[in-house]
Amino acid sequence: MSDVVEKTLTALPSLLSLDSHPGSAKLSSTSKLGNLIRGITELTSKHEEEKLIQHELLAIKEQVSSPNTTMRQMKELMVRSIYCEMLGYEASFSYIHAIKLAQQGTVLEKRVGYLAVSLFLNESHELLLLLVNTVLKDLQSTNLIEVCMALTVVSQMFPKDMIPAILPLVEEKLNHPKEIIRRKAVMALYKFYLIAPNQVQHIHNKFRKALCDKDPGVMTASLHIYLQMIQENPEAYKDLTPSFVTILKQVVGGKLPMDFNYHTVPAPWLQIQLLRILALLGKNDQSTSEVMYEVLDESLRRAEMNHNITYAILYECVKCIYTIHPKSDLLEKAAKCIGNFVLSPKINLKYLGLKALTYVVQQDPKLALQHQMTIIECLDHPDLIIKRETLELLFRITNAQNVTVIVEKMLEFLCISEDDHTTIDLVGKVAELAEKYPLNVSFILCLLNLLYFPINHCTYAPDNEWFIETMNTVFSLGGDMMQPDIPNSFLKLLSEGFDSVEEDRKLKLFAVNSYIPLLRGEPGKLPQRFLQVISWVLGEYSHLREDLEPAEVLSLLAKLLDMKNSSSETKSWVLMAMTKLCKGGADASVTQEVSETYSSSLDTVLRQRAHELQYLSQDPELRARVLPRGATPETLEVDSSLSFLDRFVSEALAAGAAPYKPPHQRQEELDQSKALSLEPYGLSLPISMSSCSITDRQSPTLLSMSSGLSGDSADLSHKGGSSALKLDGVKRVWGREGYLAQREPVEEAAQVEVPSPIQSPGRQGEGDSLHSQTPTQTPTPEPEQEKQQLASSLFVGLASQSSVSLMGKSEPTPQRFRRKAKGQGPGSSFNASEQISSSLISPPSAVDNLLCNNLLDSNNASELAEQTSQLSQSLTTANGTCHTEAELTEPDTKGCNPALRRDNCVVAADPGPHDDPGRLTEVCLDSYLPAELSGLSHSEIAPLCANQSLNLSACYVQKEDSLILVVFIINSSESAIQQMLLQVDSEELEVSCLSDSPAGEVTSHSVAVGQYSLTVKRPAVHVEVVGTVSYQLPAGTSQSLQFSYKVPLTSFIRPFVVSTEEYGTMWLSFSHDTKQNLTLINDNQEPLTATLNALKKKLQLHVVEVIGMEGIVACRLLQDLPCLMHCRVNAGWLAVWLRSPVPDLPDCLIYHCQRALQSL
Amino acid sequence: MMRFMLLFSRQGKLRLQKWFTSMSDREKKKIIRDMTTMVLARQPRSCNFMQWKDLKIVYKRYASLYFCLGVESQENELLALEIIHRYVELLDKYFGNVCELDIIFNFEKAYFILDEFLMGGEIQETSKQIVNRSIEASDMLQEDDSSEWYEVELFG
Repeated sequence: MSDVVEKTLTALPSLLSLDSHPGSAKLSSTSKLGNLIRGITELTSKHEEEKLIQHELLAIKEQVSSPNTTMRQMKELMVRSIYCEMLGYEASFSYIHAIKLAQQGTVLEKRVGYLAVSLFLNESHELLLLLVNTVLKDLQSTNLIEVCMALTVVSQMFPKDMIPAILPLVEEKLNHPKEIIRRKAVMALYKFYLIAPNQVQHIHNKFRKALCDKDPGVMTASLHIYLQMIQENPEAYKDLTPSFVTILKQVVGGKLPMDFNYHTVPAPWLQIQLLRILALLGKNDQSTSEVMYEVLDESLRRAEMNHNITYAILYECVKCIYTIHPKSDLLEKAAKCIGNFVLSPKINLKYLGLKALTYVVQQDPKLALQHQMTIIECLDHPDLIIKRETLELLFRITNAQNVTVIVEKMLEFLCISEDDHTTIDLVGKVAELAEKYPLNVSFILCLLNLLYFPINHCTYAPDNEWFIETMNTVFSLGGDMMQPDIPNSFLKLLSEGFDSVEEDRKLKLFAVNSYIPLLRGEPGKLPQRFLQVISWVLGEYSHLREDLEPAEVLSLLAKLLDMKNSSSETKSWVLMAMTKLCKGGADASVTQEVSETYSSSLDTVLRQRAHELQYLSQDPELRARVLPRGATPETLEVDSSLSFLDRFVSEALAAGAAPYKPPHQRQEELDQSKALSLEPYGLSLPISMSSCSITDRQSPTLLSMSSGLSGDSADLSHKGGSSALKLDGVKRVWGREGYLAQREPVEEAAQVEVPSPIQSPGRQGEGDSLHSQTPTQTPTPEPEQEKQQLASSLFVGLASQSSVSLMGKSEPTPQRFRRKAKGQGPGSSFNASEQISSSLISPPSAVDNLLCNNLLDSNNASELAEQTSQLSQSLTTANGTCHTEAELTEPDTKGCNPALRRDNCVVAADPGPHDDPGRLTEVCLDSYLPAELSGLSHSEIAPLCANQSLNLSACYVQKEDSLILVVFIINSSESAIQQMLLQVDSEELEVSCLSDSPAGEVTSHSVAVGQYSLTVKRPAVHVEVVGTVSYQLPAGTSQSLQFSYKVPLTSFIRPFVVSTEEYGTMWLSFSHDTKQNLTLINDNQEPLTATLNALKKKLQLHVVEVIGMEGIVACRLLQDLPCLMHCRVNAGWLAVWLRSPVPDLPDCLIYHCQRALQSL
Repeated sequence: MMRFMLLFSRQGKLRLQKWFTSMSDREKKKIIRDMTTMVLARQPRSCNFMQWKDLKIVYKRYASLYFCLGVESQENELLALEIIHRYVELLDKYFGNVCELDIIFNFEKAYFILDEFLMGGEIQETSKQIVNRSIEASDMLQEDDSSEWYEVELFG
């Protein structure tokens, strides 16, 4: 009796005050906890807080251990302990009391007890064992609340080993009449499945029962387990597919109680769970996938774009559609859906769109093309997470052509990333790409230059080890096919190092450490170039490792010499390294032996090295002078004229020595005296850079400068620009400052996109939309252009067409994408702004409102203001885009509906009907060639650019001593064009206007012709002219068009008629040269003549003379840039030596010779 | 799957912490420190998602309180954002015009609501009514013998 009274009394206050008004904070604020909280907020310093809490904890400790404390007081004390722990102070003394409270308290107290336990302890805490009995007891309780609490705590944290003890009880709850208990039991079993899957294996069919539960909550809960199980073994659950599909159908159809709606969307969590399951089931399984097509279509259709939650569903839908067996119309819808995400102005949606794209480009890389402009924008987004997600996307579309640019972007990100995990992840990706594309030279150079230089100035650099290891991978994989520049640059980097001496030392030491085991292992398997790098590094830096005896390094190196497959080049690197290492004493025997072996070698270089080794090992003083240890690399001025030898030469001449004759002169003399040619031609011809460079101790790459190679446009300026690397045939798209200027070949793609001229007068009626018909020629603002260039380099190789098609597969006209993408921009932002405005009108969500009422009225206002500004901004962007797109000054375009414009663009983008008129004009244009040129051969008349009123085409005419560029300007409009001005310019060419420029007026449907004489200013493989036409429409609006036109360098080449004597004199006076072996044409009896004739025919060269196996050829580049060519048949090749007074000319010419011979 | 949920104020004071997987105290402290600094440093109009180690962090600010949810990276971030929102709705329904003070002074209630809503790192119940009914039921119940009628009303 008294017991009952006590219970009632204890229950009364809580029923009356605290709990009868859920949510009231009144009582709590006057409680001890309230005092504590208020006390803390009043404090100013962390120190005071600490003092107060320690004091509080002491008080709590005293009270909890007192035997007189009631459970009700204990409950209050526990809440205070939880609070202290949350502030970061330990209250471990209360843990055992929390368990006690859970054990002994009444329901309300028990609940706090369980909560405290779940907050204080984690799964592995030993005190948890004391809880097992309590849980067991509560699971068997008749009080539903107690059962619920027990199940909750079990799913929160329960010792793994004790699961068997309670498992039968939890299983039993699956049949409980109350759905809340069944649901919690399912969740608890799910948790068990996660932490100890073996324990619950036997109840799989009970899960099936849960799946079929009449209560949607229980069914939803069971899906967690199914998702997990299907992930592990999809095959076992295929039979459930129709059930899942049916459930989804019902959910989507709104068959669930309204309770489950979330913002009018039926059970979104359930939908998403089902979509994930379906994706797993339908993966690589056509028949299963077919079952779900209909419901997926339905889901896509039902999900209206109005709320985050529908976007979340759509995202899962898209993922599912791209995971299961493909169905084209679903894919199309999904792709469209992604477009909505990506183009959304809401940053969260954009993010998810990128994520979706990342997922789908693995199936269909071309999808990325559709959104390339957005991707580029996201790449420069101030929010790092967007940037990172974009990189993730780019990583998935990497191919051999864009790998350099993408890696560069990744490295840029590495510089700003501060998160270790991200750094490790990205570095891993870069390394993966490095392994995947080891032979992509520009990529590796990019690695070397970009990775290394910029990053070591940043806060976080990927560590040295990684750098060396990546380079090791590159060397081992790239092997001997790698360009010699790479090892050279690597060694240069290693020797120049960082700003910090300590870092420097570490890097070098790490390199040494990583090489020694390689040599101890099986060096025979390593590529020669790698061995050369190893030898050099060991020679220079092995002394950094103190525990390493030079004798051991020497013997490892000597082992390399004995290997059968070591080339003599490698051997000379090894000998050089040994020279640096030997100190006499114990090492002497090894070096002595080696030098003796090789001092009689047939190879002169090796012989020289061996002698050097011998002398220097015996004379430590001399060695220290010649090869100072740890010398800093200095730029050596190379005196290529060897003027320091002048005195020696004059003395020798005075003493009666014969004057020096260059090899070819000697050759001629030999030939003239009919003597046999004993000297092998061009002993110095294939100068091996690396074998030379070993003489230069500090910086092997410097040699590449002195060897007289001049890169054409591919100059790669190193630190201080001390050396120029030659990158023949490598597209150099990116420089240190960003994208290189327009003449780069990558841009060709953009120029190819010139649409066929639009002539149809009927089209004109369509008005505005046609203004945007000239994507390439429209003078786009500078940043826009940069982006487009970036786009072309990023997305190269994704499309099946050779030109960079910016348009997705679903669009019929690939060349128009650029404009199309922009067209979508304003359209969608317009829609979005509509959405924003509507959300402004509708009452804001109840919660936000309520939250703000209490504390932050100002916040609400600012949020509204934020939305408004967003609205206005998106509206301005809509207008802004229209502007850049059309570049028109007509006032009426501004006001026009962007969505309408977009539609028009789509219509106008169909090129079909324009094809024929375009061709017709081309035929007619022939007749417009100026009379004086009409007799000469001209190149094909190529369309340059066009808009609704003008059409530009061009061709070039080759005259004997000039090249004439003819530009045809066709006025295709109904009205005359006034004040037309045509300007042509070029970086590589001298352009002079011949006829009076077709200025002024061009009447309707007539043609104006401009003529320009072109001569080469600076040779390049391809030369290009760019031009602008500006004109005025009768309405008074001024417009302009830009174009560019490529002319092959070969069209500037003319024969150069000289005598052999003149040739000889000139040969000596020309300073720039290049040498290369070309393929010989072997189809008839006389390969030399055949090859020379072919070159003569193709390139208009003049063959001066053919003597035996040699031929001399001369040509000039308009106007008068001579180039001489010396050809000799040598071992099945045509060894060619070109000389010219013009820097890049030999290189360009050899390129065209190669092309000419290849095309035969 | 969710890994943790944190609530903290604009000053970086922790208001609620829920860990769905077993974690050491040191890890928890580090996460709390990282989350508060990262989230508070975000610019006003940036994305609500962040990357932290291998987790995606989804956060949202309601008045002066930040709700921060750590989910595994294959999760749907938008959905996680709505989980936060649903939790706020539940708090609001329970407290009526919920404010930070409600959560400070009645944090144990906030925990109870969370436990009814999420369980073992997954959504347990998505229906607002059902969650609220079960919370209120536990609040009112004292002893099984005296409260059969509640059960009938609240669970029925």
